[in-house]
Amino acid sequence: MGGSLNMIGYGLAAIGPGIGIGLIFAAYINGVARQPEAQSRLQSIAILGFALAEALAIIGIALAFVLKASNT
Amino acid sequence: MIIAASATVRAEEFHAPGPSLFDLPGIAGSEVTKPMVQLFLAAILVFGFFYLASRKRALVPGKLQFAGEGAYGFVRNSVARDIIGSHDFQKFVPYLVTVFFFILVNNLFASIPFIQFPTFSRAGMAYALAGLSWLVYNGVGVARHGLLGYLKLQSVPSGVSPVMYPLLVPLEFFSNILVRPVTLALRLFCNMFAGHILLALFATGGLYLIEHVGGIGYVAGPLAWVLAILVSFLEILVQFLQAYVFVLLNAMYIQGALADEH
Repeated sequence: MGGSLNMIGYGLAAIGPGIGIGLIFAAYINGVARQPEAQSRLQSIAILGFALAEALAIIGIALAFVLKASNT
Repeated sequence: MIIAASATVRAEEFHAPGPSLFDLPGIAGSEVTKPMVQLFLAAILVFGFFYLASRKRALVPGKLQFAGEGAYGFVRNSVARDIIGSHDFQKFVPYLVTVFFFILVNNLFASIPFIQFPTFSRAGMAYALAGLSWLVYNGVGVARHGLLGYLKLQSVPSGVSPVMYPLLVPLEFFSNILVRPVTLALRLFCNMFAGHILLALFATGGLYLIEHVGGIGYVAGPLAWVLAILVSFLEILVQFLQAYVFVLLNAMYIQGALADEH
């Protein structure tokens, strides 16, 4: 079974965005619990933060494949 | 015994699915590939659905009209009106609704049996869509503020002392004009790409465990297939979420381009 160190590196790199997304949704749930009527305003902000944090993980997976392709 | 077992394993080495999974040959020897056909199919499906739903516009809606109005109202109210603002969101609703359902149908193709290929797992398709969005939000910004005014709006941050301008202006320009379409496309592309590879890995890995490992493989292989089914449901959620995030970010970019200077 072939493997590549890049993928392990990507797994490590994905920890950061993972924690970030967790924090974003924790704050969102907190906000909605305190003030349920603000949900519609908070939702779009939360999704935007989620998308921006996720972009880091996405760039990581793209680069992991790019590096893999150039090595072999 | 162990040596023999490892020798047979080495003979039938497991090849994890990789990016080559997406290199599909043209249909019947032509240059037309499956994702291209799917793009057309999605366009026809979205057009057909909304055409049929809005053909008989009754005051008391039928089932189809109700579904169409619900789908339209979701994007109109929760994306366009909430983000762009009630003053000038109406112009952009057709574009946002079309893009949302086009992406949604194309993503759902990944989970429909016999099609099972997400169109946007080919990067070119996603880049074309993001390029269209780039033209739209820059276009409305330039139309509203003029070319220089728009560039100033996007690249000169307000409330910062002019000493910082040499540092911040190139950075803001780079982030707001150049990187936005790339991340928009990459997000959609990589989510579909990774999801498809993940499913293929579970399916082929399960088959390999059953066929070539034996012993614990007879337990682990079917377990991998059960997990593949569960991951499919996660993928359906991701497919919906990515279509939503794409139009949400589109609406935010349009709102940012239309915003008045503070």
